[in-house]
Amino acid sequence: MQKDKLTIGGFSFSSRLFTGTGKFSGPALMEEALLASGSELVTVAMKRFRPGDAPDPIVSHLKHAHIRILPNTSGVRNAEEAVFISELAREAFQTPLIKLEIHPDPKYLMPDPVETLKAAEILAKAGFVVLPYVHADPVLCKRLEEVGAAAVMPLGSPIGSNRGLKTLDFLEIIIEQAKVPVVVDAGIGTPSHAAQAMELGADAVLVNTAIAVAGDPVAMARAFRLGVEAGRMAFLAGRGQVHRNAVPTSPLESVMNELNKF
Amino acid sequence: MFSEELKKYDFDRVMASVPEIRDEDVERVLLKSGRKSPEDFLVLIAPAAGKYLGEMALKSREITLRRFGKALQLFAPLYLSNECKNICTYCGFSMDNKLPRRTLTPSEILREADAVKALGFDHVLLVSGEENHRVHTTYFLEAVRLLREKFSQISLEVQPLEQPEYAELVKEGMFGVLVYQETYNKKVYGHFHPKGKKSNFDFRVNTPDRIGMAGAKKTGLGVLLGLSDWRTDSYFAALHLQYLEKKYWQTRYSISLPRLRPIDTESGRVDSVGGGFISDRELLQLIFAWRIFNEELEISISTRESQMMRDFLIGMGPTSFSAGSKTNPGGYAVEPETLEQFSIDDQRSPEEFAQRIIEKGFDPVWKDWHPTAEHHLYPV
Repeated sequence: MQKDKLTIGGFSFSSRLFTGTGKFSGPALMEEALLASGSELVTVAMKRFRPGDAPDPIVSHLKHAHIRILPNTSGVRNAEEAVFISELAREAFQTPLIKLEIHPDPKYLMPDPVETLKAAEILAKAGFVVLPYVHADPVLCKRLEEVGAAAVMPLGSPIGSNRGLKTLDFLEIIIEQAKVPVVVDAGIGTPSHAAQAMELGADAVLVNTAIAVAGDPVAMARAFRLGVEAGRMAFLAGRGQVHRNAVPTSPLESVMNELNKF
Repeated sequence: MFSEELKKYDFDRVMASVPEIRDEDVERVLLKSGRKSPEDFLVLIAPAAGKYLGEMALKSREITLRRFGKALQLFAPLYLSNECKNICTYCGFSMDNKLPRRTLTPSEILREADAVKALGFDHVLLVSGEENHRVHTTYFLEAVRLLREKFSQISLEVQPLEQPEYAELVKEGMFGVLVYQETYNKKVYGHFHPKGKKSNFDFRVNTPDRIGMAGAKKTGLGVLLGLSDWRTDSYFAALHLQYLEKKYWQTRYSISLPRLRPIDTESGRVDSVGGGFISDRELLQLIFAWRIFNEELEISISTRESQMMRDFLIGMGPTSFSAGSKTNPGGYAVEPETLEQFSIDDQRSPEEFAQRIIEKGFDPVWKDWHPTAEHHLYPV
């Protein structure tokens, strides 16, 4: 497992658990939980970032050598706004990494595929390492890959819903087809959900709400860390086949009779 | 381009690993759920998997039935030309082979096409040797224009072309392109293709990339089984397929399984370079392994195979069969007596073979593409 590193757009990670900074009860607890998670990539909403307002309460708690910041565009409604916010983020955090989130729908926060594709293309051309948050849409993921996305982040279920991998069948297709890393984002509510995503072959998961709102966020962060590691280990070990019914032997005999002609 | 991808692999090293594949590896792959990797595929074509042929046959049959139902596609090759500037020591059209050369004229193409239509076919595969001065893109474009009103699907199996040439052919109504690598073993490739444009390995191996970029709807792959180690070659074809599927994800893919056979040595034309001929049972193992590896792949069987083999394979994995093939230009109507590229084994007429398919409970499909959806693309 030592060498099992994940690389996204030239950035390399030992932990396959990405985390977020929203919804914690306070920055100190957030910091403790993120450290317990072992996460090396932590997303920060640009809408919450106040440049010039020193010291920023979230960012000052993320100053650890192993933690890289992934600014996100949460709150924007179209490609134009997303590009603008991304430029701000690059400036503020001195990083080309950007988590592209465009959800014009404020109720379920469903990502807008058309605007996301448009923005991803512009940003990739401008040298950003783009990680777009999208619905679990295999064709969209291929289109994003083609315009230069560094990874794709399909959702498991609606953001913050903790409902797990409702999009399982489509995640499987995305993982099978992808040439860029697949990070399952949104909806992962328990460590078993995270383990399941990793067993399927996801390259990483992003978990925020489930850790932030747990009774004990630090313990939950540790549990997620173990869940992700267990799932990854299982994936690398190779799953066995699930048989739903017994395999009859008689067809084998008849096909063997046919085969023995050759 | 795939030539870059290939640099990560060593043909000889893969070949050396095959005898190390054990029964438990085969059992693990057969029990594995979900998609199989090229490495799993290699396990399934290893000698160790030979004794699991029955299990593989059942699995292949089950997958094929689930994915394709009872439909089996029929098509015919239409040879446009046997002129060739290559010396491929195993091929009947090789330049140093003294035989009357012929390239069909437009009116001859139409006569052949009518004869093929009369046999019932609606999908046609246009085939030629490699003679770039007379049999070139302009010629193929004309052939496609002549035939697109007659056939609902036209594919090409000709010399590798450049991407813009493929794009032009696609625009004129060409559906797909078949181009066989012959072998992924560079040394052996060089030995068998010492001269002509075909001697450029990378240009040939990157052809499916150019086809994909040009937007053809289908790309056909294949190796000439027996030219080099057929197992290792097939593994590389599987790597190629996996690479292409990820890169050109809107293209569909087919695999053909032409094999060199001991009988060919009678002509003195084949000197097998450590390839070893693939037996009937091994060919079956290879077909089942392809199906287990890739559920959507079109697997195509030619009339080079025997009647017994073709009849057995109905419903077992392959999804596409040629029938009643003539492998000489003009063979259907214009000049049936000229020399063939290779001799065919199953001599039955398309109608007879279709009847056999029906008897086995399957549906012979002559047409499953309706090009009018794209007619707006054609210049009127």
